[in-house]
Amino acid sequence: MAATTATTPPAPAGRRLSVGPSVGLLPFLAYLAVFLVVPTATVLVGAFQDDNGGFSLDKISKLTDETPLHVLRESLLLSFISAAVGAVLGAILAYLVVTAPPTSVLRRVVTAVCGVLAQFGGVTLAFAWIATLGFGGLLTTLLADTIGTDPNGISQLYELPGLVLVYTYFQIPLMVIVFLPALEGLRPQWREAAVNLGATTWQYWTQVAFPLLRPAFLGSSLLLFANAFAAYATAAALVSQGSPILPLLIRNSLTSEIVLGEHNFAYALALEMVVVVAIVMSLYAWLLKRTSRWLS
Amino acid sequence: MTGGGAAAWRVLRWLLLLVFGAFFAIPLLALLNFSTKNPATKERTGAAWQALTEDPTMTDAITTSLLLAALTVVGMIVLLVPTMIWVRLRVPGATRLVEFLCLLPLTIPALVIVVGLKNVYAWVNYLVGDSALTLAFVYVVLVLPYAYRAIDSSLSSLDATTLAEAARSLGASWFTVITRVILPNLWSGVLGAAFIAVALVLGEYTISSLTHYNTLPVVIVQIGKVNAPESMAAALASLLFAAILLMALSLLDRRRHLSHGGR
Repeated sequence: MAATTATTPPAPAGRRLSVGPSVGLLPFLAYLAVFLVVPTATVLVGAFQDDNGGFSLDKISKLTDETPLHVLRESLLLSFISAAVGAVLGAILAYLVVTAPPTSVLRRVVTAVCGVLAQFGGVTLAFAWIATLGFGGLLTTLLADTIGTDPNGISQLYELPGLVLVYTYFQIPLMVIVFLPALEGLRPQWREAAVNLGATTWQYWTQVAFPLLRPAFLGSSLLLFANAFAAYATAAALVSQGSPILPLLIRNSLTSEIVLGEHNFAYALALEMVVVVAIVMSLYAWLLKRTSRWLS
Repeated sequence: MTGGGAAAWRVLRWLLLLVFGAFFAIPLLALLNFSTKNPATKERTGAAWQALTEDPTMTDAITTSLLLAALTVVGMIVLLVPTMIWVRLRVPGATRLVEFLCLLPLTIPALVIVVGLKNVYAWVNYLVGDSALTLAFVYVVLVLPYAYRAIDSSLSSLDATTLAEAARSLGASWFTVITRVILPNLWSGVLGAAFIAVALVLGEYTISSLTHYNTLPVVIVQIGKVNAPESMAAALASLLFAAILLMALSLLDRRRHLSHGGR
């Protein structure tokens, strides 16, 4: 009965009783322990172990070698640019959508398409861009005829600029999804109040709307950053040789066993990824708390 | 605002929407164009689409991915739904813990999980055999954040405690309360969770490719190197399938919002 939980007395007998229902959580906790906690712990511990299982900082110190540092810098750059571009363009698209009535076709189509592109696998998106700008692609021939680019495909598609472009393709939709609720929380009454007090449109935006939206905007941008930093499928499908970014270096060290003269170097690289994502996500959680004060 | 300003804004608005529309539509049209063209003769052909049902590698991969999706949905429902109902009814003190654990996979990238998965899967393969279908175990974890949100919003709109007390006072066991009283009221949330789980599993590449199991996205990448049109067709087909699922999900959502009088 719910009464037992609602009126649990502080007496020891009552405490022993309340242990009973908690047992129901054991299967769930055990499952997550095996398939989420153990793999993560394996990475955390493995990063600090040598080949014999003893404690060692070798792998961690190898992270500051030239290749891993370069790759980390490229990854941060890719995440930063694609998050910035995605956040700005996504916010604009979200605004265009939010100014349409909630039941309009435009709004339904945009949110549905954004849901698919932001959440569905990166492999298909990579192929869509190969079909556009790769060998024999739709725009390849068009661009070759008009501005004289390489008719065999735009080679930058498989390098950092191409990754930025393809990442933007799922970053903008993700921004629309996470930023739309904040824009919807912007009440028309606030605008009316500002206008009643004699504010111009410009003043309303710069002194009321932007300050209110800033935490939500920054928070969503951080989410986009983490999303790009941890993304693997798109880059893996696009770049089959070399490891220009961190996720692909992890792939390299998983498939070729010894990278940079170090066994299991993937553990250290994965730890690096977890640390970056964890920092970004905790900033996001902190900003989210500040946002919910006004726009909920 | 003046009339001229409003008109200019309307034009700008449609112009911007047009640009966004083109940006998102062109790659998808390119996919369609590429998959219906013979790369050598440049003639239109449906061969690539036909191969989706005839090429054994492709059909095997599609079957594997669909089976995986089904297993993941079953696993997710069995693991998550009773736990969430139980937490709501009997252990409300654990709400934050369960929420934290369910949302944790958003912070731990799939790539990190796969790096640390070797030992766990050595045991899984030892206990249940070496099959691509064992991926369902870890996929259940990947879909948890999305499933949790869908089920939680549906559970919140329900007075579960009263329902449970009514059923209990009529002599129902806890098993009956969960499966026959609460669960039927949660179907829209559970269905939503199932749809998004299917979409995620069909597109999952990180874990399956790095554990060398041939799921649909893995085979799409493999075939792309020999028969590009066929993999383009498979990519577009799976994208459309996911789009239909997620579209159905948004319709479900709207019906729920309507029946509860908005948010």
